[in-house]
Amino acid sequence: MTRVAWGALISHWRRQPLQLVTLILGLALATALWSAVQAINAEARASYARASEQLATGTQAIIDRPGGGIALATYAQMRRDGWNVAPVLQGRIVLEGRQVTIVGIDVLTHPAAAVTGETPDLTESFLAEGRLFARPDLIARLSGVPDLPPLQANAAVPPGELWTDISVAERLLGQTGQLSHLLVLDPIDAGDLAPGLRLRVEEGNDTVQLTRSFHLNLTAFGFLAFGVGLFIVHGAIGLAFEQRRALFRTLRALGVPLRRLMLVLSIELLGLAVVAGALGLVLGHLVAAALLPDVAATLRGLYGAEVDGALALRPAWVLAGLAMALGGAVVAGTGALAKLRRLPILAGATVVVWAENAGLGSRRQAMAGVALAVLGVIALALFDGLVAGFALLAGLLLGAALCLPLCLSLMLRLGHSAASGPVAQWVWADARAQLPGLSLALMALMLALATNVGVSTMVSSFRLTFTGWLDQRLAAELYVTARDDAQGAEIEAWLAPRVQAVLPIRSAGDRLNGQPATIFGIIEHQTYRDHWPLLQADPAVWARIEAGEGVLINEQLAYRQDLWLGDQVTLAGQSMPVVGVYSDYGNPNPQAIIGMDTLLQLYGDVPNYRFGLRVPPAQVDAVRAELAERFDLPPGGLRANTEVKQVSKAVFENTFVVTGALNALTLGVAGFAILTSLLTLWTSRLPQIAPVWSLGLTRRTIALVELGRSLMLAAFTALIAVPVGLGLAWVLLNVINVEAFGWRLPMFLFPRDWALLTGLALIAAALAAGWPAWRVARVPPAMLLKVFANDR
Amino acid sequence: MIARLWIVLLVLLAPPAFAQGFAGLGTTAEGFALPDPDTTFDFPQDHLPHEGFRIEWWYLTATLSGADGLDYGLQWTLFRTALGQGADQGWRSPHVWLGHAGMTTPDRHFAAEKIARGGIGQAGVTSGPFDAWIDDWRMLSTDNSLNALRLTAGEGDWGYDVALQAQGPLIAHGAEGYSVKSPTGQASHYYSQPFYTVSGRLNLPEGPVEVTGQAWLDREWSSQPLAEDQSGWDWFSLSFDSGDKLMAFRLRDGGAGFRSGTWITALGEAQPLGDDQIVTTPLAHAQVAGREVPVHWRLEVPSRGVSVEVRALNPQSWMGLSIAYWEGPVQVTGSHTGRGYLEMTGYE
Repeated sequence: MTRVAWGALISHWRRQPLQLVTLILGLALATALWSAVQAINAEARASYARASEQLATGTQAIIDRPGGGIALATYAQMRRDGWNVAPVLQGRIVLEGRQVTIVGIDVLTHPAAAVTGETPDLTESFLAEGRLFARPDLIARLSGVPDLPPLQANAAVPPGELWTDISVAERLLGQTGQLSHLLVLDPIDAGDLAPGLRLRVEEGNDTVQLTRSFHLNLTAFGFLAFGVGLFIVHGAIGLAFEQRRALFRTLRALGVPLRRLMLVLSIELLGLAVVAGALGLVLGHLVAAALLPDVAATLRGLYGAEVDGALALRPAWVLAGLAMALGGAVVAGTGALAKLRRLPILAGATVVVWAENAGLGSRRQAMAGVALAVLGVIALALFDGLVAGFALLAGLLLGAALCLPLCLSLMLRLGHSAASGPVAQWVWADARAQLPGLSLALMALMLALATNVGVSTMVSSFRLTFTGWLDQRLAAELYVTARDDAQGAEIEAWLAPRVQAVLPIRSAGDRLNGQPATIFGIIEHQTYRDHWPLLQADPAVWARIEAGEGVLINEQLAYRQDLWLGDQVTLAGQSMPVVGVYSDYGNPNPQAIIGMDTLLQLYGDVPNYRFGLRVPPAQVDAVRAELAERFDLPPGGLRANTEVKQVSKAVFENTFVVTGALNALTLGVAGFAILTSLLTLWTSRLPQIAPVWSLGLTRRTIALVELGRSLMLAAFTALIAVPVGLGLAWVLLNVINVEAFGWRLPMFLFPRDWALLTGLALIAAALAAGWPAWRVARVPPAMLLKVFANDR
Repeated sequence: MIARLWIVLLVLLAPPAFAQGFAGLGTTAEGFALPDPDTTFDFPQDHLPHEGFRIEWWYLTATLSGADGLDYGLQWTLFRTALGQGADQGWRSPHVWLGHAGMTTPDRHFAAEKIARGGIGQAGVTSGPFDAWIDDWRMLSTDNSLNALRLTAGEGDWGYDVALQAQGPLIAHGAEGYSVKSPTGQASHYYSQPFYTVSGRLNLPEGPVEVTGQAWLDREWSSQPLAEDQSGWDWFSLSFDSGDKLMAFRLRDGGAGFRSGTWITALGEAQPLGDDQIVTTPLAHAQVAGREVPVHWRLEVPSRGVSVEVRALNPQSWMGLSIAYWEGPVQVTGSHTGRGYLEMTGYE
């Protein structure tokens, strides 16, 4: 008996291969998006873990000097006094348009020497010739850079770092006789340190903290994609059950026990889920591999966190992907199985009164939706942080989705009441009747559209703000980095009569709010007054900065510490009032600006070898050429602001490539959901079309009506999706961005984008409805006639 | 002495394909200065580094008696090796320094090592006064001579801090300090101060011990001190109760080896000993660090009426460092009695 049941069930798929493909593809797509996001997250996390395990100094005690480097002589004296410390000279330079970290070590004292100096000749080359050690992917990128020592691949080096001897690091960074910090190899007592030196324990997991929000973002997208995917699966499984209703009835009538039939169907469902899940994993892997380089670029650009480009198969995301596929199939299949359980053996199969409890259902749904949205708002009010922000987003989106059927039904009723003539009346009534069957697909479409509107509004607003900010912030025409202070002084003296202004860029490191922070000093100059992007400012802000009476802080610090005008900030032990807050995109860490004199007074003689030059635009090229010829500047030591802007904008665009890709994929999935829903409705359509056809409408007209109805529903959905999307954008800009990055962005509206998206939604709906409509146009009259013969 | 350890780094640092002889000491000297028989010593200048030469050391050993009645020994060594030529300072300096310290009791042996870059002040030898150091190990003089030194070294729970006072002149080995190391002419510049008296303190894990005794300082520099086929050496520095002293070494190769030495009278007169004037015969071996090492010798210098047995105070005086060798105090019995130090390298 079981075999008969199996044979009968499977023969359905043989006759309807397309449905089988839809079902498997739907589940596979949902799994693919979800597992791709998981794979990217897993890879990034593994990369951070590797970095902290390897040469980088995990939780390592270090000695540094706040506001400056440690003199080589100090280090030597410490060694002579018996301190077991190892010197490190570290800094960032730009090579081939990307920042790399140069880590200069003394191979004879550094604890990682065992890794880099595995073989004697390696040690020798490290010392004698000067070699740069880096991961193979970085080496591949740097192979064309002139004036670099030989590059050597070493997988133990953290991503994005070039390890080398200190002598080489001195040359590349343009510093001599200075160290950035000392690694503490034997436990020491901080009280024994010379004045000015500081012992601290590097937490090493800053990256994990910083990037958490980014990964949470991605995960949220993964869930959204999966949610949309579930609609498809629901549709496809519903279709498979709906179409086999007659078959189930027959099997039951032939004596197959209900229990057995349900078991067989469950096994069939699980089998399909496994196949689709596996396919989804393969697709997900492809998507992740395609997106990973952009994600890596984003993480590097935003946080300086390094993720190497290779994607590994990790059990974590493979299991997560399969679990989601199986879970999705179970969720989508449970409803269908429950219906089967209630199926009366002798009831007619194809008569479905769609509109039956629909009104009541949609009202209940809408109430649940409103409740969800309210819960989201409450979550944000009660809890701080990113998770609460996402709870608000989820509540808003799901709530809106649940309200959609009621809204659409109200719109259709309005249309119905305005319609005149029997055909028009029928079209509206028919659309309302179809609504419950289509509502899941339309909800998926609404989610995809709203997300697209929201995210694109956020990105475009951000882009507009960011570009304007770059123009303000990079006011100097040329930026020079000398090799060291001596060369810096030489360049400064040489430039003085040749340019409008030489603005020194001098900074000291400190910790603010427990995070590494940079404190900049500025001299008195009109450039800052004219261009510096201030969000909040004391009326006499620049005068007070120059007088050493106040400090400017960046937006990130302001939001995180809730520090605003008049609040006190402690720098190097001295408390100063905040006289302004400036926007500072693309930097997750706290930052502050004080007068140059105050900087030197608080942090000592900080390095002075970076300058911004104000040059009349016409002379930029000439000054640049002369500088390059006259001074032996380090690689990347001379940059025009246009180049810096270009690189910054590229990083910005990279940041949202992944978002864009996930957006497009989600929209595609939603289109697919409409197609499966319409296919599901198809079998029940004939009994509804046949009477209309028999009354004289041509099949062609009926097909056009079918198409038009789909387009109308899609248009209504888009109409609702736009305001929902704008709400989403507002939450992204004012809640999520502030929590995740520490900046709040103004919101701009882009109606052209909405029109474009609505157009896309209509095209997706037209494509999805086109095929069923074409089938209506081609349905043989005999089949329509058969409706009357068989069913009545 | 011989090539006391230039042990060094050379093995660590030189490409294996080129490492010849023990510890790379047979590596060719291309580009570096070569020992010259016509050179005469110029003190105190010659106490300082000779950077034109590839390798150089300041090598001190002491035989000591503790207030507790036990015999002890200590070793303090600073090696300089040049990976390339040039006088660059800072991190670009081509010099690397290696320190070895050892301390021996009748039943224990302590050894430690330091390694440091030249040019940055972490290690070096300077004058005004003479000061040789690597990290916190130090050999500091009261003036530019080597007459009165203070010596410190140690690691963890052991160490020493002793004062040395020279009681005799500096001794030049070989032909006025030109010491030949092989029949094919490898040589080094080599002088000693074998007349130190010592007093000070050893810090043992269980507590300090006051000690007195004698010490012997070797200074040697060269660029290729060993022939390529020489695989190791046995080196003796003995102080007899008569006041006379003997330095003798045997370089081992595939054949009969190469012997050389210096007879030093109690008054500080030095007499070179040739290959045919020295006979060394191992009498007994000990199992040390997984290998057979001769820790009991007969040493004969017939021209001086010397026929003595040399026994290790502690047969397990193994310096198990990045380059491993045997180095420890010895007791002398036979025609002459006394104490001394024995160094043996290249026992695999």
